[in-house]
Amino acid sequence: MGKYIGESVLRKEDPRMVTGEAKYLDDIKIPGMLYAVVKRSDYAHAKIKNIDTSEATKMPGVLGVWTGKDFEDVNPMPCAWQAGGITNNANTPRVLEIDKVTFTGQGIAVVVAEDRNLAEDACSKINVEYEELPVVVSAEDAIKPGAPQLHENAPNNICMEWECGNEDGTDKALSNSDVVVKEQLVNQRLIPNSMEPRGAIAEYKSATEEFTVWLTSQAPHVHRLLATAFVFGIPETKMRVIAPHVGGGFGCKIFLYPEYCLVIALAKKIGRPIKWMETRSENFQATTHGRDHSTQIQVGASNDGTITSLKVNTVANLGGTLSTIAPGIPTTLYGRLLSGTYKFPNIYCGVKGVYTNTGMVDAYRGAGRPEATYVVERALDLVANKLGLDVVDVRKKNFIQKDQFPYTPADGITKGLEYDSGDYEKPLNKALEMFNYTQFREEQKKSRSEGKYLGVGFSTYIEACGVAPSAWVGVGGEGWGAGLWESANIRVHLTGKVVVTTGSSPHGQGTETTMAQIAADELGLPFDDVDVQYNDTLGTPFGYGTYGSRSAAVGGTAVFNAVQKVKQKALRIGAHMLEASADDVVYEDGKVSVKGSPDQAKTIQEIAGAAALGYSLPEGDEPFLDETAYFDPPNTTWPFGTHICVVEIEEETGSVKVKKYLAVDDVGNVVNPMVVDGQIHGGIAQGVAQALWESGEYNESGELMSGSLIDYAIPRTDCLPNLELDRTVTPSPTNPLGVKGVGETGTIASTPAVVNAVIDALAPFGVTNLNMPLTSQKIWNVIQKKGA
Amino acid sequence: MKISMKVNGVDYENDIEPRTLLVQYLRETLDLTGTNIGCDTSQCGACTIHVNGEAVKSCTMLAVQADGATITTIEGLANDGELHPVQKAFCENHGLQCGYCTPGMIMASVDMLKNNPNPTEEEIRHGLEGNFCRCTGYHNIVKSVKAAAVSMKGGA
Repeated sequence: MGKYIGESVLRKEDPRMVTGEAKYLDDIKIPGMLYAVVKRSDYAHAKIKNIDTSEATKMPGVLGVWTGKDFEDVNPMPCAWQAGGITNNANTPRVLEIDKVTFTGQGIAVVVAEDRNLAEDACSKINVEYEELPVVVSAEDAIKPGAPQLHENAPNNICMEWECGNEDGTDKALSNSDVVVKEQLVNQRLIPNSMEPRGAIAEYKSATEEFTVWLTSQAPHVHRLLATAFVFGIPETKMRVIAPHVGGGFGCKIFLYPEYCLVIALAKKIGRPIKWMETRSENFQATTHGRDHSTQIQVGASNDGTITSLKVNTVANLGGTLSTIAPGIPTTLYGRLLSGTYKFPNIYCGVKGVYTNTGMVDAYRGAGRPEATYVVERALDLVANKLGLDVVDVRKKNFIQKDQFPYTPADGITKGLEYDSGDYEKPLNKALEMFNYTQFREEQKKSRSEGKYLGVGFSTYIEACGVAPSAWVGVGGEGWGAGLWESANIRVHLTGKVVVTTGSSPHGQGTETTMAQIAADELGLPFDDVDVQYNDTLGTPFGYGTYGSRSAAVGGTAVFNAVQKVKQKALRIGAHMLEASADDVVYEDGKVSVKGSPDQAKTIQEIAGAAALGYSLPEGDEPFLDETAYFDPPNTTWPFGTHICVVEIEEETGSVKVKKYLAVDDVGNVVNPMVVDGQIHGGIAQGVAQALWESGEYNESGELMSGSLIDYAIPRTDCLPNLELDRTVTPSPTNPLGVKGVGETGTIASTPAVVNAVIDALAPFGVTNLNMPLTSQKIWNVIQKKGA
Repeated sequence: MKISMKVNGVDYENDIEPRTLLVQYLRETLDLTGTNIGCDTSQCGACTIHVNGEAVKSCTMLAVQADGATITTIEGLANDGELHPVQKAFCENHGLQCGYCTPGMIMASVDMLKNNPNPTEEEIRHGLEGNFCRCTGYHNIVKSVKAAAVSMKGGA
């Protein structure tokens, strides 16, 4: 441990955010800027017969109104992650749809005006003639014979059929098991709702044919690559993409959206800068959603609770068209996680990715791994309940043991990846020390006799993050259309001040602070002397951005490795300055000194100064301390832990109160405990919200019923309890920092803990499963029915 | 329509469209972009400011309704470069992540502490239920407000 790594250093980011000085996309004004407003489809499935823009065009302040036909030369958005090794019947959106819409809220026309209000006024005057088509919103309905067909190239609305594991072996093991539990588990659709909606500004310079584009982006380099190389067919060097302060993402700001490319196209067409900023209502309809799985599970076990087999068949709703990495989420990031923390000997997972007349579904915090964890952690409880065994005992019985690492799950489900390190009983035992389980069971029994329904739920999860080894995840492997390494450049200026640039693209994770901690410690410099720059393709090395809990494990390691290169050069220059041999010097505490003579030393500032001036350098060395590293991880990292949730259900109303929530996570070494805990808090809030409140609901005609913050229940301050956190530390051997990842663990772990708690509370009513969200209405109905 | 108001101690007079929301006026006319917009149904609280000393969601008011008012936005909260104790407490207790809800959250917290200088955890949670945060799970926001309450009693 250094001076800063492992410490709760306060965030560099915060002063500008608490004062209102931080500039988010909508805060940016460019001289001459115009405003675009998108006209969206009112129907979920319809042919566009005619769009009459004549009235809108005549409205005051309007520069023009365009429809999809005006952008026929612009390629559709790319689908950059198609499920690996199989055919994907891909259909992606265009900047504006031309002939047909497949979900409510798809863009079909755009107004550009001098200000936002005028653009909105004109947009309301566009008249569209539709021919309505039959609608299907559920993925299970969409694959039934006779269902409305969305795309010609996708018979039965199937985008792809993917599998992993061994079906025959699993079937055999199921039939030889003492008990088999079958259940349908629904992982409902969620709507990410980053507090800042999406937006874009584009400016075009005709003399040089160059674009500058500001995007609400988690991955500006990827956005530029996809927009230039795939959509517009222009050199990547002709576009600069800047992500200003980004107000949260949770996955939904990874993707290349139609509106982003629309404003880019318009900026060139009109020759003035253009801003588009979505409203929250548009965000609900047109920004990607998450989850939406319907899953049949069969889990086989021996009478002693040993799991023998897990068979999972999932129908994954992908929406009306594919978002950028949609097919990768319910396949690689889901099926490959289905062994959890357990030594299941037989596993099979089959997935159908399906088109429906609903909004696009893609990565949302956790992305596939929450769905997998939900299946596994519910399966454990279902088996325990069926056999009358304790849920903790069944978990312990099936845990992979600490001497089994690195562990390869059965039936090749991880396709060559192995669990890096773990000790699953450790966080469970620590959590049980914080929570008196035996006493709780007594209290539970007693309170039931008093008409109060308490329940406890466990989730002893695993996840895979720090994505990902490029060759494993890439085109020849899991189908991701590029690499997934990360980059960092370190320059130590003449003044001894350090500039780190990174291809990571943080937007709330505190990475500006944690990367500075890593660089300051490794160089032996004060934290305040390190400036971390990011979120702009100009001035940062190409990088893949921030998602998949990768910015510490992959981006942070790139910083670490770049510092090592700087130190190597500093050793050579320091030795030269000390007139010593490079073999005779060491780098310690920000100084290069002669071995055994600590007084004979040059500070890194002195060395940086000498390197920057270049008056006298070792033979063959260039001036300046400036090094770049690209880190391609050899494996993902595998965080784990135990979450325990206690709920109380009010019999009269069915309402669920989360009385206690505790989490013991193991995310490897911790760079900044304050930041790590903050990530876990936020993750838990989103996971609890899925269990109890949130659901993206469409009616039969494909209208989004939960289309505003009035109807879609994201948690408020008073919904959540104080969260009790602790950790165990099992370093990851996959990177020199020993870190795992933490951005998504809370969301991945928490949902099944809450649902298991509610089911436990409802045991007296004979309830063994309920599908989320567990609203008071749903529970009240169950109590009425079962209690009577 | 002509309106005048005092914002963060400065007098402004502008001619605006009657339909302009107060938040639009602040952001677009006065370029005070610290106040953010997070929704279009007055749910999220990101645009909370002080109008005549009371916390108000500035998307719920027309600018003309604030004619003659005294307004404080997040940009006007620090005093001569010295952060307000609530701003400081949010920095010291990791009360923010992406920062988008933060200006509204801080303005709401300042108002709450004015009315209840010694709130319990439950009172803080109820007091801030009109302000959404998607990053923090509210845990460290509650902690920040508690810490601010303690430090403000120290005479700040």
